Amino acid sequence: MPVSVNSSRAIYAALKASGIRLVSALPETWLVHLIRMAEDDPEMILVRLAKEEEGVGISAGAHFAGVSSAMLMQNHGFLASINGIVSFALLYRIPLLMLISYRGSFGEKDPWQTQGGSVTEPLLRALGIPYFSLQTIESIPLRIRQAQELCASSLQPVALLLTRDIMWEE
Amino acid sequence: MLRLDCLRSIYSQLEKCVVVTIMGAVSAELQSIGHRPNFFYLQHAMGLASSTGLGIALSLPEQTVMVLDGDGSVLMNLGTFSTMARYRPRNFVHVVFDNESLLSVGGFPTATSTGTDLAQIAKAAGVPRTAVVNDCAGFVQAVNDALAAKDLTTIVAKVEASGPAKYVTDLTLLENRFEFSRYVRSLGK
Repeated sequence: MPVSVNSSRAIYAALKASGIRLVSALPETWLVHLIRMAEDDPEMILVRLAKEEEGVGISAGAHFAGVSSAMLMQNHGFLASINGIVSFALLYRIPLLMLISYRGSFGEKDPWQTQGGSVTEPLLRALGIPYFSLQTIESIPLRIRQAQELCASSLQPVALLLTRDIMWEE
Repeated sequence: MLRLDCLRSIYSQLEKCVVVTIMGAVSAELQSIGHRPNFFYLQHAMGLASSTGLGIALSLPEQTVMVLDGDGSVLMNLGTFSTMARYRPRNFVHVVFDNESLLSVGGFPTATSTGTDLAQIAKAAGVPRTAVVNDCAGFVQAVNDALAAKDLTTIVAKVEASGPAKYVTDLTLLENRFEFSRYVRSLGK
C-alpha cells in the first residue's frame, strides 16, 4: 500500500512534539500508518470511533480535562461531524485540531470520493475554520505546531488538509 | 417516575462526580435544584454528551464521570455505546432518562415508545453493566450500585414525558463551559 510512511512519521512526530496526548480516529486508507503509530504508543490514548462526530465530544471532554487532542479523519468524516463542530466546538469555543485526509481532489481515481473533495474547502471557509493544505513533507513539523498553537490560543477548530502529494506515493 | 425526583434523589451523589448533561429538561431541572461548578450542560450537539463524558473519563481515570443522557439524544448517536464499551472506562456512569419522547420540541414519540430497548442495545454493544429502572428507589439503588461497582454502567430510567415550563436559564453557555473546565482541570492537578 503506497501510503507514505515518511509523511505519516513526520505528522505523528509533530503531533507528539505539540503535546497531543489523545487521538480519535476512524480508519481511512491514508491514515493507516498514523493510526498504527498511535496504537503502538503507550503515551497516546487512541479512541477508535464508530462515527467521526463522536470525536468532537471526546476532544471536548479531553480539553475540559486539560488534555490536548487531535482528530484523524477523512474529509467525509469531517462532513459527518459538522453538526458537532457547529453546535459544540464553535458554540462552546472548543479547540479541535483536525487532520483531514483530502480525498477526492487532484489525482483521485475513486469516483466515490470526488464529490466530498469538491466541497471540503468551501465548507471549511463557510464555517470560518482556519486551514492549511499540507503539500510538502518539509512543511509538516512547522505547520502542525502552528495549527496546534492557533487551536489552543483561539479555542476553535483548526484544520490541516493531508493532501495526496504528501500521503500517497505512486 | 419523574426525572426531577430522580435528580433530587441523587443530587448529593453528583457533588462527587464530574457531570455532563444533555440539553432541554434534564439541564433545566438539574439547574432548578442547584447549579454546581462540576456540572456541564451540553445545550446542543445532541448525541455527544456521552462522547464528552467518555473523553473526560479517559483523560481523568481517577475521577467518576456521570452523564445524564436522554432517549432522543442517545438515539442520535447509538455508536457511542460501542465506543464506550470498547474502552470500558471504569469511572463512567451513563444514565439515560427515557421518556419515550422528544419533549422539548413538542413531545413527539421516539423509537423507545415503540419498543426500542436502549439497555439491551447498550448490553449488546458490550457495556458490561446495564439496568432498567421504573421507580425512584430503584434508580437510587442502580446509581449506588454503579458507583460501588466501579465499572462502566448504563442505567435506563423510564420517566414521564414531562418537564419544566421553559428551558433557557440565566446561566450562559460559555460561563458554564469555562467554569466547568476550570473545575475539572483542578481535579487533574
